[in-house]
Amino acid sequence: MSDALRQTPELVTLTVNGSVHQVQLDSRTTLLDALRDHLELSGTKKGCDQGACGACTVLLDGKRIVSCLVLAAQCEGREVTTVEGVTVDGRPHAVQEAFCRHDALQCGYCTPGQVMSAISLLAEGRAGSDDEIREFMSGNLCRCGAYPNIVAAIREVAGQEATSR
Amino acid sequence: MRGFEYVRATDVGSAVALVSGDPGASYLAGGTTQLDLMLKDAVVPQGLLVDIGRLPLRGIATDGDVLRVGALTTMEELAADPVVAERVPFVSEALLAGASTQLRNMATIGGNLLQRTRCRYFRDIAVTDCNKRTPGSGCAAVTGAARMHAILGASAHCIALHASDLCVPLRALDAEVRVEGAAGQRTIAFADLHVMPGERPDVETVLRHGEMISEVLVPLLPAGTRSGYLKVRDRVSYEFALTSAAAALSIEDGVITLARLALGGVGTVPWRATEAERVLVGAPATARTFLAAAEAAIQDPFTVPGTEFKVELAKRTIVRVLRTVSGEQS
Repeated sequence: MSDALRQTPELVTLTVNGSVHQVQLDSRTTLLDALRDHLELSGTKKGCDQGACGACTVLLDGKRIVSCLVLAAQCEGREVTTVEGVTVDGRPHAVQEAFCRHDALQCGYCTPGQVMSAISLLAEGRAGSDDEIREFMSGNLCRCGAYPNIVAAIREVAGQEATSR
Repeated sequence: MRGFEYVRATDVGSAVALVSGDPGASYLAGGTTQLDLMLKDAVVPQGLLVDIGRLPLRGIATDGDVLRVGALTTMEELAADPVVAERVPFVSEALLAGASTQLRNMATIGGNLLQRTRCRYFRDIAVTDCNKRTPGSGCAAVTGAARMHAILGASAHCIALHASDLCVPLRALDAEVRVEGAAGQRTIAFADLHVMPGERPDVETVLRHGEMISEVLVPLLPAGTRSGYLKVRDRVSYEFALTSAAAALSIEDGVITLARLALGGVGTVPWRATEAERVLVGAPATARTFLAAAEAAIQDPFTVPGTEFKVELAKRTIVRVLRTVSGEQS
């Protein structure tokens, strides 16, 4: 093994929601499985486990990704933010409150992914219209079909941000 | 079965040496194709994965009339580039028409060029007839559900589609790729990168084992040239193309002086419509010309019952994108 290459340590260091964790992992472990099965952060959901549904959406260095298609080892030294990490002073995030107000869920399984994606969408400045929200939320599927209420919830938060600016 | 190993490369040379020296090794960049095929579908055998994600191959620079795009630049990063928006807007349109924001934040430009087909028979290990996986075993797609398959460059050996959106405008622009290998660096014309399946659908590119794309060179369009990308699909977002077309046109006094046209959703490789470009250049920018170009673009298609509709749909896609780019109100 060349010095320029480094075997994945069996011990992987992950920074999640500001906390540093060291975990023993098989090198095949995805970030999603590391979060759920090793760090007991089960807010992030496993839907298709193949990058198609968005239920496992988290932020990596502030950008939304699907955690099922990245190895935990690839995330060493980077900031992971999950749905457990978006509360503000113990209160739900504005997006979470809007989802409740607008009944933007039925079974709730896709909701953590929807919320993480929506938070990212707002930060990207892509909530300018309902069409734009639909386009840039398309990576998050909702089996229950709560889409109209999800769009309404995001539209409301985007409006609040616009007026508070 | 061989074990799964992961190493993180810290420089290009050692990454290339490691993969070149191990027939079972492969590169890991964004991972959205590689991990899907290796861990989820088990279509690609597990072996050594060399993570190149932190190599200094990320970023976009303008070099005269060429955009130099580091292979590890993400799809979202390239789509947001101001020079792309101004000089080759159809590249940005194609990027944003593909995948989801989450995947575009992960997937790299180099990886996009080398993405594997979405053919459901290729990706289903329970299907034994797949010439792409096992040369000589046959093709289950030819008699299967083929709505998402190719009609150009296809044959009874293989109808697997090259599903990239980005590759369509890059093919139209005559982009080039810089490649690092054990024998040094070389530059490959985009037209030569992907190989038609012929009787060996398992051979998809001219890259030798261990070669790594380091940079993509994207020629910028002349000022005044307009471009557009049109993608037709079964749902309005987050879906692969049934047909798509990337077009760039310069028009002076109603006459087309420059035409570039490439197609997606129809080819086993990113497809350049050279014959259609010949029809367009020197002709008046009219609906009649666009229709003639569309007819010229789709020659000798290989169709199966599931893909017959693509012949007409591809022609209409071409006409529509040409009308839009030319500024004609349809």
